[in-house]
Amino acid sequence: MDQFKGASLDCLRSTRPVFRGLDFDLPAGGALVLTGPNGSGKSSLLRLMAGLLPPAGGTLSWNGEPVAEDPDAHRARLAYLGHLDAVKPALTAAENLAFWAQLEGADPATAVGPALDALAIGHLADLPARFLSAGQKRRLNLARLGLGKAVLWLLDEPATALDVETISRLRDLIHRHRDGGGMVAVSTHSDLELKDAVNLDLGQYTVSAARAAAEETAA
Amino acid sequence: MTGFRAILERDLRLALRQGMDSVMVVMFFVIAVVLFPLGVGPEPNTLARIAPGVLWVAALLSVLLSLERLFHNDFEDGSLELMALSPPSLEVVVLAKVLAHWLVTGLPLIIAAPVLAILMNMPADGFALLILALLLGTPALSLIGAVGAALVLGSRRGGVLLALLILPLFIPVLIFGVGAVEAAIGGFPARAPLLLLGAIFAATLALCPWGAAAGLRQALE
Repeated sequence: MDQFKGASLDCLRSTRPVFRGLDFDLPAGGALVLTGPNGSGKSSLLRLMAGLLPPAGGTLSWNGEPVAEDPDAHRARLAYLGHLDAVKPALTAAENLAFWAQLEGADPATAVGPALDALAIGHLADLPARFLSAGQKRRLNLARLGLGKAVLWLLDEPATALDVETISRLRDLIHRHRDGGGMVAVSTHSDLELKDAVNLDLGQYTVSAARAAAEETAA
Repeated sequence: MTGFRAILERDLRLALRQGMDSVMVVMFFVIAVVLFPLGVGPEPNTLARIAPGVLWVAALLSVLLSLERLFHNDFEDGSLELMALSPPSLEVVVLAKVLAHWLVTGLPLIIAAPVLAILMNMPADGFALLILALLLGTPALSLIGAVGAALVLGSRRGGVLLALLILPLFIPVLIFGVGAVEAAIGGFPARAPLLLLGAIFAATLALCPWGAAAGLRQALE
């Protein structure tokens, strides 16, 4: 069984400490919900998990192996969804998705249709993406999750700009993913109501400005 | 390899739909060269004398003009970070994007160059060498430029910074590019400058994807 673990992680944005000594444990089929006030490092933690941001201290490990030793394997098993939708306005919805399918090594001919249908945007397939609304672009971005064989989903505020019906579709998508042994880490303000999710409050690891300044003077 | 092809096809398709990049670069190239007869005067011998240098400098600046957008759009809309997280390594991503960039901007320059050479009254002996030298030189320019474009990504006034950063690195290509054409016009063997251009191309092909990928990783942190 897969296991994704982080031990005593520190995060720095340029020289400013964001959080310190953070631990998490994500088993196969597990869900980690990141909460905390703005600026507590939810997005930073997800970028750290994805490998976009190297941790300033601590280790990330996959089945006991440090992730940093095999970044290629880590990239192959994760799907990341950030704040930006990565949708090219000049391409149609289907072409946008077909590109990501090819990159993931999936066959666009068979993967794109079902992925679009999973988020109820199948009827928009041949529409240039510049005509899509913010919520539809978000859905197109979410549709990427249905393409590949990524085990680890890292979702940064996935429910932004989504209507109630799509949020429940997303919840189903996540449940099905977890039932198949997949794992998901999600930061959210709105309640996504994932069952058996572990809540990780980043507020408790936040390095307060006052403490950071005090440590700086001490050092 | 499928990742390489996917990025190449997508970038070419985007360039085809949006269309402006090639046209703008070629137009800039044409206008920059046309300025010289107007500024220096229409004396045919003078123009013929400076033709190889003018064509190369104008080509260099045209490539520079288009480089800023090499990674910029993908960076702005979040595509770049997703590509960085996709199975193909970032070096492959860079190489595919540079090849697409060269096909869209470098190749049209090479096609336009002989026409402008006629305008500049360049002796016909130099034409074949001009095209050959541009074929070897412009991909090297795109590769060197990719490193610069990756480094200035996300900074304001990236365009000016990019010019300051990479124009000095373009100098060897300029020297040997002009050298090859002038040797051919003067009736000397152009083998040495061509080989050196080829060596520069080979070196940039081997080194620049790594440099650009490192720059992109920095920008994506």
